[in-house]
Amino acid sequence: MAVIEAGRIRPSRDSWWNNPAVRGIAYQVILIVAILAFGGWIANNTVTNLRERGIASGFGFLGQRAGFDMTTLLPVTSDSTYGEMLVAGLVDTIVVSFFAIVLATILGLIVGIARLSSNWLVRTIATIYVEVLRNIPPLLVILFWYLAVIAAFPSIREAIQLGPDFSLSNRGIFMPRPVFGANFHYVLIAFVISLIVAWAVRRWAHARHMATGKTFHSGWLALGIVVVVTLAVYFMTGDPLTFEVPVKTRFNINGGWTVSPEFASLLFALGVYTASFIAEIVRSGILAVSHGQTEAARALGLKQGQLTRLVVLPQALRVIIPPLSSEYLNITKNSSLAVAIGYADLVSVGNNVLNPTGQSIEVVLIWMLFYLGISVVISFAMNVFNARIALTER
Amino acid sequence: MTDMQSQQDVFFVRREIVPSSKPPMRVHGPIAWMRTNLFGSVGDAILTLVGLVIVIAVVVPLVQWAFINATWNGDNREACAANTVGACWAFVKANMGQFIYGRYPDPERWRVNLFFVLLAAGIIPMTIPSLPYKGWNLVYLFIVFPLVSGFLLVGGLFGLPPVETPLWGGLFLTLVVSYVGIAVSLPLGVILALGRRSNLPGIRVVCVTIIEVGRGVPLITVLFFAGILLPLFLPNGVNFDKLIRALFGVALFASCYMAEVIRGGLQAVPRGQYEGAKALGLGYWRMTRLIILPQAISIVIPGIVNTCIGLFKDTSLVYIISIFELLSTVRNSFTDPTWATSTTPASGLVFAAVVFWVFCFGMSRYSAFVERRMQIGLRH
Repeated sequence: MAVIEAGRIRPSRDSWWNNPAVRGIAYQVILIVAILAFGGWIANNTVTNLRERGIASGFGFLGQRAGFDMTTLLPVTSDSTYGEMLVAGLVDTIVVSFFAIVLATILGLIVGIARLSSNWLVRTIATIYVEVLRNIPPLLVILFWYLAVIAAFPSIREAIQLGPDFSLSNRGIFMPRPVFGANFHYVLIAFVISLIVAWAVRRWAHARHMATGKTFHSGWLALGIVVVVTLAVYFMTGDPLTFEVPVKTRFNINGGWTVSPEFASLLFALGVYTASFIAEIVRSGILAVSHGQTEAARALGLKQGQLTRLVVLPQALRVIIPPLSSEYLNITKNSSLAVAIGYADLVSVGNNVLNPTGQSIEVVLIWMLFYLGISVVISFAMNVFNARIALTER
Repeated sequence: MTDMQSQQDVFFVRREIVPSSKPPMRVHGPIAWMRTNLFGSVGDAILTLVGLVIVIAVVVPLVQWAFINATWNGDNREACAANTVGACWAFVKANMGQFIYGRYPDPERWRVNLFFVLLAAGIIPMTIPSLPYKGWNLVYLFIVFPLVSGFLLVGGLFGLPPVETPLWGGLFLTLVVSYVGIAVSLPLGVILALGRRSNLPGIRVVCVTIIEVGRGVPLITVLFFAGILLPLFLPNGVNFDKLIRALFGVALFASCYMAEVIRGGLQAVPRGQYEGAKALGLGYWRMTRLIILPQAISIVIPGIVNTCIGLFKDTSLVYIISIFELLSTVRNSFTDPTWATSTTPASGLVFAAVVFWVFCFGMSRYSAFVERRMQIGLRH
């Protein structure tokens, strides 16, 4: 009864268009042909449009005279080329991102640890900080610093004196500028050499501790080596560092170092905004270290400082590093909001370049390549660091 | 018998329960609470004092500025000009209509109000887990609501006078941009995430490129792309509305982030589910639709909500191609000579911050609620 005649059961999918491999290739070919056709259509439209508007494509415009002024960290004038302008903007982006990353990391670390404090008041303040800052747009934070905080500082005449030559006003922060004398490079060389010596001493002490169990408190010695050697060379070469003090004139302050209101607002806004995210990352990283680890470390007799440094932090860092690196990327990308307050970063400079030249495709391409490049560099650096601290398993 | 009696004489047996004495002050009551939570050790006490200094230095001036010294009523800048130490809420009050509706014409504002109601009617039942008909709710949110509100807001049909998009603005436009961003980025994100996990290298490479480029560049450059380059890419004469272009940029950008969130969900679905679905004879699309996606998406709802929060905050950037959502409407009103005073910017920005905060905080609470609820489910 249940005999199946040979030949009656056939594979149901015997036709070639039901073969998954054939279908897979077909889907890919269709997608790629569609993308190529779409790209060709766009390229064709673009060429037609550009010809009609009389815009030459290509990067030749980078060598032309810019004809507009921007206040950047690198000295550029209206006689500089578009290319130099863009490089200056790029440097500004990197500088403000770097300082904002430093500020956000320090602040985020403090707030993140404060959220875990046993002290109710400290914990509550940190929680409120995080919940408020995390839930408002970064652009609003930047505008708030720029329009509501720094603009509300007193004018230059009634500037707040923070120190003898440090003053705070609605034109920015003024501070003395270091002027390096002729012999300053000797001091730098001495500093680097003393750092290497100090590092070697620490290494030797650690190796001996591991080999013999004898401790040697190399920390103070290492610090002493660096300070004494650097200071000795500094005084031997005859005081090669002087400060140019900002001088108050009737309407302005000349000389010295000025932190512009735009730079300061962008830096503080990115710093305090991102710190709220970093605080949460730090908190979850510390919570991820199991309680047994701290208990075991206590049972071994480690002091609180050693416990944090040797047991908790290395394990917490493993959880912290990957999301932290994406926060660093976010700071770099959010620094493009500078265009809202006129800090001359890559995007604001590019905006000023694409208006007179009409080279919008090239400028947008430069932006995208730069930010993608930065993303790759930061992820690469963080991956290397992550690989170093990752758990080494058998 | 006598033995028992003599024993009773010797031993004292208490027959009634002693009334309980009060716990010592050291473990109970406000003083004990302060001892453990504020003054546990010398270091703790110092921290508490530092905290108190911070609170006094921040909260007291803030309360003074926002409430005690604030100007609440007035018709123009004269009400606030003299008051340099307090907020100018009169300015916010006077411009409230603009902050909510932008330049949407006065007699037509009921349409925007109806849009708010329709939106709330779709979202509120969606967020309450015990309510039934979630499928119909999704159909309403993703198909009925956009069509109805599109006709409602643009007008030109059924006797509604048309309102051009340059007149749209304020909080209303912020909601429109975020809604469209979310509604487009969810399906697009699913497609990109599936493509990224596809076995077909051609499809995978295309999706990975789109996702990584979108996530690697700032939204501002994507908006410039949508605002300036898109007209160049289209044939001459074809020109989309500026708002549509901005929505295109925002949705594309959000899709890349959504794709990564959903990919996390796809990876979290156990292998056995894929294998089980295949063993039942389901093809790729039916397996994805019936088995994988429902599980993957419900795992990453908190992540999706977090992406929505990010998107909601990012809508403030569309001002770059001169579309005036809430923040840029507020910012534009600072230059209005009727109200320009030294405290106007701070008041306006604080108002905008509160509005953004309420929405984002609400969403983050919802995300935390879903997360807790899922953990309860996993405990079984």
